[in-house]
Amino acid sequence: MIDPTLPVRDLGFAALRFVEQLGTLTAFAGRALAALLRPPVRFGLLVDEVWKLGVLSLVIGCVRGAAVGAVLSLQGYNTLARFGATDSLGAVVGLSLLRELGPVLTALLFTGRAGSATTAEIGTMVATEQLDGLRMMAVDPMHLVVVPRLIAMVAVMPLLSALFILCGMGGGYLIGVTLMGVDGGRYTSNLIANVDFRDDVVGSLVKAVVFGLVVGLVSTWRGFTARPNSAGVSAATTSTVVTASVTVLLLDYVVTALWSL
Amino acid sequence: MSVDGQDGAQHAQPGQGGDVLFEHVRMAFGSRRIFDDLSCRFPAGKISVILGGSGSGKSTLLRLVGGLMRPQAGAVRVGGQDVTRLPERALYAVREQVGMMFQAGALLDSFTVFDNLAFPLREHTALGEAAIRERVHAKLASVGLSEGEDLLLPGQLSGGMLKRVALARAIIRDPRYLLCDEPFSGLDTISARRIENLLRGLNRSLGMTMIVISHDVPSTLRMADHVVVLLRKAAIQGPPAELAASRDPLVANLISEDVDEAVLASGGVEGSRA
Repeated sequence: MIDPTLPVRDLGFAALRFVEQLGTLTAFAGRALAALLRPPVRFGLLVDEVWKLGVLSLVIGCVRGAAVGAVLSLQGYNTLARFGATDSLGAVVGLSLLRELGPVLTALLFTGRAGSATTAEIGTMVATEQLDGLRMMAVDPMHLVVVPRLIAMVAVMPLLSALFILCGMGGGYLIGVTLMGVDGGRYTSNLIANVDFRDDVVGSLVKAVVFGLVVGLVSTWRGFTARPNSAGVSAATTSTVVTASVTVLLLDYVVTALWSL
Repeated sequence: MSVDGQDGAQHAQPGQGGDVLFEHVRMAFGSRRIFDDLSCRFPAGKISVILGGSGSGKSTLLRLVGGLMRPQAGAVRVGGQDVTRLPERALYAVREQVGMMFQAGALLDSFTVFDNLAFPLREHTALGEAAIRERVHAKLASVGLSEGEDLLLPGQLSGGMLKRVALARAIIRDPRYLLCDEPFSGLDTISARRIENLLRGLNRSLGMTMIVISHDVPSTLRMADHVVVLLRKAAIQGPPAELAASRDPLVANLISEDVDEAVLASGGVEGSRA
């Protein structure tokens, strides 16, 4: 006979596990912050990480941005045409990219590419005892492995997001103006007139920084706490994608609401 | 020969020079108990070899010395400091005096052999690149590797080369304590003998305290000053000659080159732990 209290117990177990995970993540973030404030600054490693996580993502980021902008322009034109408001296409595409799609989609794509790779790399270091090797050489793995990746992710995300938005606007312009026949001057002036620097541009950058921090923390934490075997590394990588993606989407609402106050 | 076990019979007192001391250590992974009440001593300036069956906790013992694990109870003293009670930052100060050679190498896989060896020097010393290069090549030569091999990545090394690079990294700063997890496994006879001579030389010249896990009985008999045999109920320790003459068939078989058929039939050392 099935125990009728089982669902309640499962729920309780899941809730406890969630709180425990949140606690370990917070402790991990505290340790990372402490390591961040401790010299020396590993500038060479930071540049390496910016190269790996950022520069190598430039092309794919541009292509994705342009594709999203193009689709947005096409869909937006068809909708606006029903109301005779196709002149507003520039504002629709630009604001959609700036406020939401730019930072959110960049974060989701960044999670899939850089976040999962970071978790897998650190997890493999755990499985092959490289982190223990560092500890035995009196080198804090938080300082050597986590901090440079974390800083790089926070620094790179706003740049990738900005590039995504720019390419999106370019893609949107290309479709709206050259294909759908919207006047280029009106497209651009409408876009400029409707974008508010503080609300839209700064808000977008703030979101990107917050998302970069989320992806960086989740991916390094999951890698750092991965079980030391191939299944553990695989599970940690999957968990990074799921946790970071859901957190980004939830935080998107929170940041938007707070920034609108 | 002394037997230190659950009765906590004989072990050295805390703070005894550079000794490594285990005092009533209890260690378990979940429900699997590794040590119930382990007490043993690794004397300063000597080569101690740990013997024991598979799963007897030899590698765990080394990790406890390095502070990589914390036991459920008991104390592990390294040069008088209880590493089980030290906060992480203080532990790093102890680890600066410890070199550890891991069983699988634990080399940084994105660094070349040269950078793996140079890394601790760059982190903890003010040596210039020329001095670092000289030291790295000297240590590589001491383990039988040539300068031409220092540009290889760990993934390009054979098992034996990996071991030797790991050992070279562990001794790069001539630490006060050296922990070696199976330094001879996977090595050909000449390489094993070279490593054995190297360890003995470092011990004699620098007074390095060494704790070595080895299944290589001839090497153990040649180089060990002190042997600790890990059994489930106790750690039996003493000079190798005394242990070889032990009347306990498990101990005698672990330290002998010939295994008694009766011990094999009983399931060996692992069987004795059930």
